[in-house]
Amino acid sequence: MAMDPLADALLAVRLFALAPRQLGGITLRGAGPARDLLLDAMGKAMPDRAFRRLPANIDDERLMGGIDIAASLTAGESVRQSGLLREARGGVLLVPMAERLRDDVAGKIAQAIDGDDGGFGLVLLDDGTTPDERAPDSLRERTALHVDLSTIRPLDPPSPGEDVLLPFTEVRPASRDQLETLAVTAMALGVDTMRAPLFAHNAARAHAALHGRGKVADEDLHAAARLVLAPRATRLPEAEPEAPPAQEAPSPDEAAGEQQTSGQPPEDMVLEAALAAIPPGVLAMLASGKTRRSAGGGGGRKAQSKLRGKPLGARPGMPRGGARLALVDTLRAAVPWQALRQRELSEPREGVLVRKSDLRVRRFEERSTSVTIFAVDASGSAAMARLAEAKGAVEMLLAQAYVTRSEVALIAFRGNGAEMLLPPTRSLTRARRALAGLPGGGGTPLATGLTAARQLGESVAAKGSTPFLVFLTDGSANVAADGSPGRAQAKADAHKAASAIASAGLPAVVVDIAPRPRPEARDLAAAMAARYLPLPMADARTLSAAVDAARPKGMAA
Amino acid sequence: MALALMPLLGHTARPMARFPFSAIVGQDEMKRALLIAAIEPAIGGVMVFGDRGTGKSTAARALAALMPPMPVAEGCRYHCLPEQQGTCPDPCTSGRTRKVPVPFVDLPLGATEDRVVGALDLERALRSGEKAFEPGLLAKAHRGFLYIDEINLLEDHLVDLLLDVAASGENLVEREGLSVRHRARFVLIGSGNPEEGELRPQLLDRFGLSVEVRTPVELDDRVEIMRRCAAQEADPDGFTQDWHEEDQKVLRQIARGQKKLASLTVPEEVLRDAASLCRAVNADGMRGELTLMRASRASAALQGAKSVQRKHMLEVAPMALRHRLRRDVLDETGSTVRIERAIEELFG
Repeated sequence: MAMDPLADALLAVRLFALAPRQLGGITLRGAGPARDLLLDAMGKAMPDRAFRRLPANIDDERLMGGIDIAASLTAGESVRQSGLLREARGGVLLVPMAERLRDDVAGKIAQAIDGDDGGFGLVLLDDGTTPDERAPDSLRERTALHVDLSTIRPLDPPSPGEDVLLPFTEVRPASRDQLETLAVTAMALGVDTMRAPLFAHNAARAHAALHGRGKVADEDLHAAARLVLAPRATRLPEAEPEAPPAQEAPSPDEAAGEQQTSGQPPEDMVLEAALAAIPPGVLAMLASGKTRRSAGGGGGRKAQSKLRGKPLGARPGMPRGGARLALVDTLRAAVPWQALRQRELSEPREGVLVRKSDLRVRRFEERSTSVTIFAVDASGSAAMARLAEAKGAVEMLLAQAYVTRSEVALIAFRGNGAEMLLPPTRSLTRARRALAGLPGGGGTPLATGLTAARQLGESVAAKGSTPFLVFLTDGSANVAADGSPGRAQAKADAHKAASAIASAGLPAVVVDIAPRPRPEARDLAAAMAARYLPLPMADARTLSAAVDAARPKGMAA
Repeated sequence: MALALMPLLGHTARPMARFPFSAIVGQDEMKRALLIAAIEPAIGGVMVFGDRGTGKSTAARALAALMPPMPVAEGCRYHCLPEQQGTCPDPCTSGRTRKVPVPFVDLPLGATEDRVVGALDLERALRSGEKAFEPGLLAKAHRGFLYIDEINLLEDHLVDLLLDVAASGENLVEREGLSVRHRARFVLIGSGNPEEGELRPQLLDRFGLSVEVRTPVELDDRVEIMRRCAAQEADPDGFTQDWHEEDQKVLRQIARGQKKLASLTVPEEVLRDAASLCRAVNADGMRGELTLMRASRASAALQGAKSVQRKHMLEVAPMALRHRLRRDVLDETGSTVRIERAIEELFG
């Protein structure tokens, strides 16, 4: 069942070329020679389609059409420009560096795709390397085919193959059983959106068309499962007992190892095809349930980068006190009045007449988002009881946070590592889910927890937000930074990590959750130049109030 | 759902036929909420929570497409009723009437205030130095639907503004030396995914109804959706024909509901029930009770009931109240469950 990834990628491109509208589009992740090869193949396969590229920093006028201010000023009359989205109609829209696409632009593209006047095939070129860096979900959702090229090193470009091509519409819709197979497979893989099985159906038909079949065959379903459903998988089949109808889903081991046999029900074979297309690393992550829904990226962080990346537009005002003049907006404000103002003058004057009231200043996020990072000691010593308090406090702060649009993140450390349970988010739903899954017990890798919190804090700061670290711990450590047990080394490592927080200049507070206040936590606070809050008998409410009080001034909850 | 994006034959640029409202599988609560909002404008908007690809925008679009074309004064950019000719900022005094489709406006995520409320008409200002108003999306949505996807990502001041206009039915523009006032009555539909950050409670409260849409879990439903989409895609006109009769039924239901609504009053004992339910679930503010009352009446009207009864009130209680409950962060119980529990306790 294993397919050469490059051959599969090429297949995806050819399906897209055959039915760009029916498949919505294609996401090509990972830059490199493989992608150039595929784009080349795409261009050849679609000779009669117009390809449009989306410039990185496109403005609204260019995107949607409108008045070209610069040209209008020169010409002395209004010059209209057509919007790129309209120009791309019926053709293909290429989005380079899709992982950096602003959410508002993505929203408009999505709308153009959904809109009434027909859309275009969308090609997302995603250069992201980490799971967080990826094309906007709203657009990925609308492209049927997702191809990950990051692991592909093309040696010999496979030949595109000469296929009998039927027009897409010549292929009959799949039978009821076949549709059921796709639907079951999607559900078994935890693919919730209805777009996926719909796209899979169209992909199967396109695959049949590519091979000159007027009817969807099993191998078409397999290809659809591989190219459309597999990349969207959020879990492995066994995690979902109610998904398959009669038969139980194959366990991943069986699915990976077993050769397909003719006796297997078609659902299983299609599921297998999908599973085989999921890279082993992802498979392992799915198996451990790590990815959850937020399999890399996710709302919280998205929203944050949007806030940072997107200026809030311009507003009337004087460019002083740090405010920057928004030249275009100022001109835009002045231009309409030129005729009137010229008339008011006793003698005509050259150039644009700008008045004070025309001045516009740039407006950015007024207050940077604050992100409160909770690092919770979930070890055995910190006691299970405290864990419940910590969970409550996080939820409490989150409830306040969504009123003021700030965010909360959660790190837990226990056993021999630290885990980010909740990336910065404002979503109560996700927070609750993450908290519910927070286990307790094991050793105390304090140093690892401190370091993880510091790294997150630094990355938050680098994104332009204001981090605030809250440690809930009793200050005792018994697992060293390298994961080996031993109190002395663990303590030394913890202090080293704490000083690193101090030198990084991150505001922090240490909440001592030991039943009786102990010097360890106090020392720790001192080492990281943080406030120390002994809270022996605190419940969630007092904890949350105390943290609130300790927060540096000027930072909203 | 993907239905709206499912393409038609080939790559023609002709407008895509919209998916018939009655052909949408399941999603009964959302459909009911939309119908209530369609016949009772005072409800003030529907908030739809749900993941991507669950058919939120498809249902809203389908309902707009279902409505019979509306008569407007010809050439009027504000969708004036024929008898209102000349009362909008445009001198729409052509004296002729035209029928146009009920507007469905999809508000883009990054929409600027200019685009939404309207702004100085740059072109006319440039060409003739004339100070004219270019109507925005609010004017376009008048007498129709305004749909906002991912409303939780919209800037707060815009959400505020939209809710204000939706409640007052009028857009008042005071900017750039312009002073314009025009009618803007529309069914506001916001959609959002709670996974991606939440709407502030004070904004949420201002939506009349809220529904939660989930992806269908029944295999048969999913397969049926795929079948219908394939059928619509293969022959959009034929598909629309097939569902014409069903759509007409819905249309008749709307028309009957609109007529009926005027004559229905909510009896004292139902009001009392509504008030005690609101108290039992701690729904903040008066908006809950008002909406509950209006929604019960509209729901009864849609069903052609002779009078508003407790059952009408109870069936709309979740959608009218679930977004108004004060969140208890330590209580995992969902709002819907809390309402159902209260109903169980109060009315058995």
